Amino acid sequence: MSIPILGTLIIVWAAMDWYPLEGHWFPERVVEDGNIDHLFYFILWLTGIVFIATGILLFWFLWKYDAAKNDQPVVFTHGSHYLEVMWSVVPAIILLFLAIYQMDAWAGARMERPVLANGQPKPPIARVTGRQFEWKMQYPGEDQKFDTPDDLYVTNVLHVPRDEEVVLEIESEDVLHSFFLPNFRVKQDVVPGMKQFIWFKPIKDGSYDIVCAELCGWGHYKMKGQITVQSRNDFDVWLKKTYDEQELSEFSLAEAE
Amino acid sequence: MSSITADGHASHAHSSSEFGVGEFISTYVFSRDHKVIGIQFLFSTLLWFLVGGLLAIGIRWQLAWPWSDMPVIGPMLFSAEGGQISPEFYTMLFTMHATVMTFLVIIPILAGAFGNYLIPLMIGADDMAFPTLNMLSYWVMWPAFFFFGGSFFVAGNGASSGWTSYPPLSSVPESAPGSGLAQTMWLLGLTCVGISSMMGSVNYLTTIIQMRAPGMTMMRLPLTIWGMFITALLQAFALPVLTAAGFMQLLDRTVGTGFFIPEALSVNNSPMAPGGGQPLLWQHLFWFYSHPAVYIMILPAMGMVSDILCCFARKPLFGYKPMVYAMNGIAGLGFIVWGHHMFVSGMNPGLGMTFMVATMMIALPSAVKTFNWLGTIYGGKIQFTTPMLFSLAFVSMFVVGGLSGIFMAATPVDIFIHDTYYIVAHFHYVLFGGTAMAVFGAIYFWFPKMFGRTMNEFWGKVHFLLTFVFLNGTFFTMHILGAVGFPRRLADPYHYETFRHLQPINQFMTICAILMVASQIPFILNFFYSMFFGPKAGRNPWHANGLEWQAPSPPGHGNFDFQPIVYRGPYEYGSPETDQDYYPQTQPPTERGKADVPPTLAAD
Ligand code: HEM
Ligand SMILES: [Cu+2]
Ligand SMILES: [Cu+2]
Repeated sequence: MSIPILGTLIIVWAAMDWYPLEGHWFPERVVEDGNIDHLFYFILWLTGIVFIATGILLFWFLWKYDAAKNDQPVVFTHGSHYLEVMWSVVPAIILLFLAIYQMDAWAGARMERPVLANGQPKPPIARVTGRQFEWKMQYPGEDQKFDTPDDLYVTNVLHVPRDEEVVLEIESEDVLHSFFLPNFRVKQDVVPGMKQFIWFKPIKDGSYDIVCAELCGWGHYKMKGQITVQSRNDFDVWLKKTYDEQELSEFSLAEAE
Repeated sequence: MSSITADGHASHAHSSSEFGVGEFISTYVFSRDHKVIGIQFLFSTLLWFLVGGLLAIGIRWQLAWPWSDMPVIGPMLFSAEGGQISPEFYTMLFTMHATVMTFLVIIPILAGAFGNYLIPLMIGADDMAFPTLNMLSYWVMWPAFFFFGGSFFVAGNGASSGWTSYPPLSSVPESAPGSGLAQTMWLLGLTCVGISSMMGSVNYLTTIIQMRAPGMTMMRLPLTIWGMFITALLQAFALPVLTAAGFMQLLDRTVGTGFFIPEALSVNNSPMAPGGGQPLLWQHLFWFYSHPAVYIMILPAMGMVSDILCCFARKPLFGYKPMVYAMNGIAGLGFIVWGHHMFVSGMNPGLGMTFMVATMMIALPSAVKTFNWLGTIYGGKIQFTTPMLFSLAFVSMFVVGGLSGIFMAATPVDIFIHDTYYIVAHFHYVLFGGTAMAVFGAIYFWFPKMFGRTMNEFWGKVHFLLTFVFLNGTFFTMHILGAVGFPRRLADPYHYETFRHLQPINQFMTICAILMVASQIPFILNFFYSMFFGPKAGRNPWHANGLEWQAPSPPGHGNFDFQPIVYRGPYEYGSPETDQDYYPQTQPPTERGKADVPPTLAAD
């Protein structure tokens, strides 16, 4: 009876370590900070070893102590103090180590906002506002201040310069959303009534998905944006061009009325 | 025995021999006998299990072949859309799937069905402490069934803001199609489930504390009872918080308070008048209950599995006391880890660190339990019966679920995998691979006690094997989706470039999921066939030690036909003190070699 279970379990754990599919793993990373990936693989190794070890033990016992084959009397024991202590203390140390080991990564991702040369927190390059079901982006314009006449507004499109610490201010206009950039290892719920900041340092040009990861209504699935990483130069050009287009369309709109 | 029972029973003892309609109703419908109530819970929850499973197929269908007509079922259910699942309908599907599975299946099947059935029998009592309250705890489930079930049919097609019901989506009717009346009904349903669990937990606590048979000390309780006891404690302390929070949300929706609605909010271009609240407050209150609730959904299962493993390994439980401490540890820590559901919610990141350490520590008692289970089967004489197979599956699946929890507990990793299919994989391993496996094992194990007949072993094994294979096929693959960042709750994930290549793997999972539901057919047939035509079982078909096995099968009114006296713990299998390989708790100590059959067994 244990044979078929053994078979399936082997398949299962084979899938864990040597899954043969390409591209079915983390999407390409385009930011400098590789802590999350590193930690993931580290834990995968750790848990993988525990998983395989317990799996082997389980099946070894099942095979060895099958009542049909085992004519030894059962080992009459109520436990072992020594073993209990061992298997409490060893995992405790490993878990505590893990907890401490990842604190820096967490602090880097969430608590240590990049600063300017003068020690001031770096101002956001843009403000992202979630609403059902789109991402509204607002760039502060020349004066570096939001909500002034020279602001630039775009929808579902975000451009950021490469090789710079990018800070974004994120907000919600209506319900909860979650600003998720899979390739950037960034995710932050967007809460109405709260202003939050996220940061990352992109290092590779290209266009990537902006995903909404928190249920925000029936159109949740289509709340998609696009983030483009480009050199500082191209970024400035894009900013200028888009700003001019905005002026133009406002102007023509006014005329048409 | 305590005097409470005596009162409880005087009023509903069978007196006359004629069996009228009134008698039928009081025996089988509004029964105050814990066994009947347990079986009522069992049937209701199994029925909802089926409903929840079918809803899941709807979800999986959409993820495998989005916007395509669902064969056969599609035209029947949503002919208006030509058999397609609309995104509105999809949000309702996963909301109601999760709601039904947590609130109408897993919690009531463990606490309601098995808790009710087993607690008095396993501690040697003749009923619950408060039989009438017990009856009510089943009957307030009916309004819950009605509210949840009815919300499928009101405008907007069912509640659709997720089973977590995060405001403002859930509080503002304009924000989602199902956030109107359906959401109100959802909240009312939740309240009824809460009241039912509350009544149950008071009853369980009192019964376990007050009504144990002579000799049944706390440290001789079967782990099933410990699991139920700690679950009841968790419910007693955490549930009021959820009920209060649900009530606040109800007020936000109906009378215009603003507990969870921030200032100056406008949804769908219409400004929301009241404000000054905090959406995150709901999340704190919700998870303050619902995190302990995930342990409510596993602790009794852990207990039942421990009992089954010992019985079929014919060996004492390895480390009884550490197991009890581990359960208590899980419960205690369970109250201070709710924040791990909120690592990316906008909560203060400093808090994230605290919750992370606490969460890491909660993995510890789980590890202790796993090692003790391994220790239990080590050196035994393992009988591969159906309940045993399910229990072994529980152990191996729980290992997967527990280990994947560590990834989420690591805050930086959780940034990436939060709200992806990784989470979905994790809790399905724990809840389906774990709890549901234990429940199946428990059904096969206690079926002879409940109905006096045994279930067919062959079909039981077929059921096990199919379920086990397709379960892993369905849920293991979800880890891989999660590692790509595949978000949950998207009606069409292929809208995004990043996830487009995942459609084939989703189709594979959907096929596995459909086969997994189909694998339940042998179970259903076996269950009903055996109920009426299965071979008759004696009192103790598995040669187990627990008190329940000394009562008749099925036990009559008042459970025991003798006064049980407990001489030892429930796990003395293979004891050198006696010649049999088991040593029932009620059997008086005998001199070595002169183990006489106790009078209760001779009765068979
Ligand atoms: C013991 C039985 C367990 C059960 C029944 C359980 C159940 C669940 C459920 C239902 C969720 C999803 C909630 C949602 O809808 O968002 C969840 C999430 C989570 N679980 Fe578990 N779990 C268990 C064990 C563990 C363990 C041992 C750990 C840690 C070592 C853990 C860590 C987590 C974390 C961190 C999350 C939140 C992840 C996120 O949403 O980003 N769980 N669990
Ligand atoms: Cu959104
Ligand atoms: Cu969304």
